[in-house]
Amino acid sequence: MARVGVFVCHCGENIARTVDCAAVAEALADHPGVAHAEDYKYMCSDPGQALIKRAIIDKRLTGVVVAACSPHMHEKTFRRAASQAGLNPFLCEMANIREHCSWIHEDREAATAKATDIARTIAEKVKHNVPLETIHIPVTKRAMVIGGGIAGIQAALDIADGGHEVVLVEKDASIGGHMAQLSETFPTLDCSQCILTPRMVEAYQHPNIKLMTWSEVDSVDGYIGNFKVTVRKKARSVDADVCNGCGDCMAACPNRRTPSEFDAGLGTRSAIYVPFPQAVPNTPVIDRANCGRFKAIAKGIKKEVCGKCATACLKGAIDFTQQDELVTEEVGAIVVATGYQLYSIGREQPEGLKGYGEYGYGEVPDVIDGLQFERLASASGPTAGEIRRPSDGKAPQTIVFVHCVGSRDPEKGMSYCSKICCMYNAKHAMLYRHKVHDGRAVLFYMDVRAAGKGYDEFTRRAVEQDGAEYLRGRVSRIYRDGDVVKVVGYDTLGHEPVEIDADMVVLATAMRPQPGIKELAQTLSVSYDEHGFINEAHPKLRPVETNTAGVFVAGACQAPRDIPDSVAMASATAAKVLALFSNAELEREPAVAAVNEATCIGCLTCERVCPYGAVEAKEIRDRAGNVVRMVASINPGVCQGCGTCQAVCLSKSIELATFTDEQIHSEIEALAFWP
Amino acid sequence: MSDGGNGGGKGGEFEPRITAFVCNWCTYTGADLAGTSRLHMASNVRIIRLPCTGRIDPLFIVKAFERGADGVIVSGCHPADCHYTAGNYHARRRFALFRELASFIGIDPGRMTFSWVSASEGAKWRDVVDDTVARVRALGPFEAYRRLVDQPAGTGESYASIEGLFEEAAR
Repeated sequence: MARVGVFVCHCGENIARTVDCAAVAEALADHPGVAHAEDYKYMCSDPGQALIKRAIIDKRLTGVVVAACSPHMHEKTFRRAASQAGLNPFLCEMANIREHCSWIHEDREAATAKATDIARTIAEKVKHNVPLETIHIPVTKRAMVIGGGIAGIQAALDIADGGHEVVLVEKDASIGGHMAQLSETFPTLDCSQCILTPRMVEAYQHPNIKLMTWSEVDSVDGYIGNFKVTVRKKARSVDADVCNGCGDCMAACPNRRTPSEFDAGLGTRSAIYVPFPQAVPNTPVIDRANCGRFKAIAKGIKKEVCGKCATACLKGAIDFTQQDELVTEEVGAIVVATGYQLYSIGREQPEGLKGYGEYGYGEVPDVIDGLQFERLASASGPTAGEIRRPSDGKAPQTIVFVHCVGSRDPEKGMSYCSKICCMYNAKHAMLYRHKVHDGRAVLFYMDVRAAGKGYDEFTRRAVEQDGAEYLRGRVSRIYRDGDVVKVVGYDTLGHEPVEIDADMVVLATAMRPQPGIKELAQTLSVSYDEHGFINEAHPKLRPVETNTAGVFVAGACQAPRDIPDSVAMASATAAKVLALFSNAELEREPAVAAVNEATCIGCLTCERVCPYGAVEAKEIRDRAGNVVRMVASINPGVCQGCGTCQAVCLSKSIELATFTDEQIHSEIEALAFWP
Repeated sequence: MSDGGNGGGKGGEFEPRITAFVCNWCTYTGADLAGTSRLHMASNVRIIRLPCTGRIDPLFIVKAFERGADGVIVSGCHPADCHYTAGNYHARRRFALFRELASFIGIDPGRMTFSWVSASEGAKWRDVVDDTVARVRALGPFEAYRRLVDQPAGTGESYASIEGLFEEAAR
């Protein structure tokens, strides 16, 4: 005999403003099988939970429905409360009358009727809930961090310091990410590499960190606590165990003209190279697309070409025959920290984005982006830290910095703010003025967003001490005119159009996630938004988790972010991982499927559709030990609870706990209005 | 059971009843986001939560119509984004077939919406709801199904014509 308790929450004004909660409770009180119904201001509060526990005990409730916010918000809260009152937690369900009702409708009568329907539906479902016990599974106490920039390095260090092994996978030849390319960081003007390289070395030397550079994640199997990740170690063409980083190979390489990715295209490198002198690990790779020997092999030329690096290498570390290697790592948790790339204003754009024809599609010389300016300003950059025009090497006397190129621009496909550009534009203006004392720095801005600690003081300093000229307005056109770059814009505070003859223009282009992020997200089964930024589990309260248990996210791959916030987020993911590893076993929701062996016909259609391989064939034997039939058998430790097996089962022999046919049909019935 | 029903509503205008079968990870969360963003929409839809669109038995849809729904929405994660990696592919195939079958047995395909709504697409969920409600409102209440369900066995046109068929075959 069902005795369901229904608790309708006002959620302050959030629900009560639109839904007559008392009326909903009253309507449910008359519903068959409901033994108790009441409404209250804040069900999730201590007194609210006390009401539920009191009713469970006094009214001997067999099930609880809390009509309030989304189960994604508070299902755990109320299940814990029910458990504390002695009711199995899986006999407690939530009816969503806030996100799905009071917040999206205005008409009180319609909203109240809908809330009543929703509560009734869940009350009917709960009558078919059965007590369930949590499942315990073992946890592999090793973590993987994907991405070796500042966020990935921080997460790896924190987890390693916590006593657990970490595999740090980085797709480039060295860790360090974009922070290694910067000259100085705001707001302190610290030398970027000076504060980064000690961390890089620490990660390299840490006994708990296994560094895999020039490597990418190929595939991921398994689930939280039990991931199997296949990593592709791309062929360096150098034996990392033998190489001692002397650099003789690079000196011997006849190809010095390949554009350097690290110098953002402004400098060159050899075909065998380390990306920058402080690279970690200090082991070169051969860029096979630009190496004479490999280009010849690709063309089918039999004669061995070049090979000067191998000749120069006294340790014999060069290995032209090296192949990609696939390595499987077993880990219990994964942190995604793949960082960002800058939007390019060029003609070729991925789907959904547009280039900036107004600014010349990146074809005007001396129009560069923020990372390129960083390389010019950097003491170890292609111009040894002198600001020079890429076209003729002269020092620019006037530089125009343009804010919001691509960002905050729905026309170009990116309506978000990239957060860091206001700060680095001020920084660039300051660095330029420090180096070229009589230079003119003009910044076209929409707003100046300097909200961090010391940030506003920093931007003020750019104006008051370093003479940066801020013009509020947008730039409508940039084009080359002889030796200068003409910048046509508008000064909205001065109410006049402005045209500047600049020697160089620096565009603050939008921050976007790295290329290949969507494929990586699909490999990890995490969701992402239309720009590719990884989705957090909850924007306010769960910013470093994803909706895939065991996969966490840190840094600019989730949203545009500066260094301190990326570091903080990385440490937060480490805390989550260490918490996960702190128990001997992991508790899992018992939302798993089970086969009724009496009715199963052994067709194994379920086995074919299960995405996790949780289904196996099982022999049923008679007393004499002879096999009489084969049936399907589901491993509760592997099953993730999608229910695809149940939907395809020809003999209706599978039931998915917490979403049984009875439960779902009772919900459909509850909505029926034909007798 | 609930009030007056399809013919009632404000000013006597027909208000369709829509049952929505949505997956927990994408569309349900997308609908939550629509709520958090206070995106107002038609109030005719009642959501039934499932772990995955792969769990959805076509029988649920048939049952929903049988019990009074005028329209049904089935919505899940975009292809390649299923939380359980492949459930939505099975759903896609299943409902491609089911749409044909439903249309064959006389359920107007305009009464069913199959959509992919991700967890960040609150606005898209609002559009799916409003579009479905408008479309089903134009189609009117699903009375044909009720008439069929209410018919006692052995009466009515369809049976008579089958009998006629047997007579013809015997001749």
